[in-house]
Amino acid sequence: MRPLRRKPPRVGDSPQTRIALMAFVLFFVALLVLAPLAVIFVQAFSRGMEAYGAAIAHPDTRHAIFLTVVTALIAVPVNTAFGVAAAWAITKFDFWGRRFLLVVIEIPFSISPIVAGVAYLFVYGLQGLFGPALEAADVKILFALPGIVLASMFVTAPFVARELIPLMQAQGRDLEEAATSLGASGWRTFMSVTLPNIRWALLYGVVLCNARVMGEFGAVSVVSGNIRGQTNTLPLHIELLYHDYQTAGAFAAASILTVLAVFTIIAKVLLEKRGAGRAGRPVLTPPGTAATEPLA
Amino acid sequence: MKIYLDNVVKTFDTFRAVRGVTLEVESGELVALLGPSGSGKTTLLRMVAGLEYVDGGTIRFGDQDATDIPVRDRGVGFVFQHYALFPHMTVGENIAFGLDVSKTQRTRAEIAERVELLLRLVRLEGLGERFPAQISGGQRQRVALARALAVDPKVLLLDEPFGALDANVRRELRRWLRGIHEALGITTLFVTHDQEEALDLADRVVILNEGKIVQQGTPEEVCRAPNSAFVTKFLGDANRLEGTIANGRALVGGAELPASGLADGAAEIFVRPADLGWSVSGGGISATITRVIDRPDGRRLLARLDDGTSVELDVPSDTLARAEDKGAVQIKRASVFRLG
Repeated sequence: MRPLRRKPPRVGDSPQTRIALMAFVLFFVALLVLAPLAVIFVQAFSRGMEAYGAAIAHPDTRHAIFLTVVTALIAVPVNTAFGVAAAWAITKFDFWGRRFLLVVIEIPFSISPIVAGVAYLFVYGLQGLFGPALEAADVKILFALPGIVLASMFVTAPFVARELIPLMQAQGRDLEEAATSLGASGWRTFMSVTLPNIRWALLYGVVLCNARVMGEFGAVSVVSGNIRGQTNTLPLHIELLYHDYQTAGAFAAASILTVLAVFTIIAKVLLEKRGAGRAGRPVLTPPGTAATEPLA
Repeated sequence: MKIYLDNVVKTFDTFRAVRGVTLEVESGELVALLGPSGSGKTTLLRMVAGLEYVDGGTIRFGDQDATDIPVRDRGVGFVFQHYALFPHMTVGENIAFGLDVSKTQRTRAEIAERVELLLRLVRLEGLGERFPAQISGGQRQRVALARALAVDPKVLLLDEPFGALDANVRRELRRWLRGIHEALGITTLFVTHDQEEALDLADRVVILNEGKIVQQGTPEEVCRAPNSAFVTKFLGDANRLEGTIANGRALVGGAELPASGLADGAAEIFVRPADLGWSVSGGGISATITRVIDRPDGRRLLARLDDGTSVELDVPSDTLARAEDKGAVQIKRASVFRLG
């Protein structure tokens, strides 16, 4: 056997450092992320499949799931349309207040969702800005679906726009200008030139937006009024069950939310492989580079 | 199609990019807009295309006022510096795009036939199925040209078309573009900051500086009779010497040059390296060689005149010269301008 000639370790690369770092990280992930996730499923099934099924089948739980899905079905498409429009406007046009708009779009990210909820109370509540007028017109926004949707949309407004703006800024306006000079209408340009080049980033934003809409607690809890079987979304319902000491029911409902989240993560990872997200921005054919790969 | 620009003005925020340009491009002419960066040449081209609106003045195509026609309906073919090919479409689909979106209905077969024709024109037969990322830079620019030509544009506009390519490909594509232009006879306006490219390719060169035309003419006219120090320096290497003008003659370091029509006073004199001669014994401005640079097509001597001015001269490759050699420099031809 050859005598082992050990290379001197690079800075911070000695075996002890490496093992210690990895052990620390693994321990942390296990303690903070994996253990609670496992507990959710263990607790949910602690009384057996039947009890789990019964907990899910409870009308209040089913209604909460239904409400969450409906909220997502409204909020996500609206925010997607908003995000695309905002990204298009900001990156393809020059107008007064462009930078200001860029900042305003980010506000929901930095504001606590509770603050958003309370603000909606003051705008649409009985003592609020539009409250009396809305009541006179018999339009119910607070403590009903419209309030929940509005609060969810506020919280998730930046998701799609944030994904698209850096990408569309990097892509510039050349492609759109080329399409227009060839005679394409604005709509045609968007559909056949812009959209195909942003589709993965767009889908990525939609996935993140959806995850946040389904999981939103703070803002929704303020405006929904927590009426069991009527205005309780899934996260609110879980909290309610837990406070009622219905642990198994709470964990059963939580398991559903978790499964939704896991699907979201899978979708996100798949999309990142296609080049969406921050990991790898799809690059337009960079100038001057020779042909890369032969035709597959 | 003839292009007329009449006193065109464009301002970005507070920066005046184009300050009153009047220009006529004859039908079928190939004209270069040449200038350093920031001279307004690209802005001017984009205004002709309709990609920027003019702040003042008019643009006419033939008898038609095109100033306010949106780019979509203006009927121009535009080729971008970085190609702007649609990366998710094949080469064939890129070329077909203008035909697909056109108001004129065409059958699939008609479009396919036209795409084939254009692929042949730009000598890319058989590459129609490739994606832009799978072809070279020179090929991409040819696709971009084919795509612009597909819609039968009234005028062809090219923005630094070869700027992103390496020198050899660039030279080859220039000759090729000239050939295409001669075959199609389409009025063509292109922007470049590369003098060699402009002189090599264009029927007429329009030189811009700080948003204004400083000189225009055939390559011969602008090369042989530059009308200002700026044009002289911009068109190629030039040695700058200082002298004085008296009685229609310019005096520089003991040499005399004709300077008819110029008032007496300080002068600057520009001499191309090839218009300077070198001799060890003979008349001229005495100088010392500081360095000899050998090139495939000759020798370049760096020399210092007695007054300290550095000059460069191009001499035949068999000229005997070494650093520290003393001799004299003769001026064969020069451009003389009043200083200030």
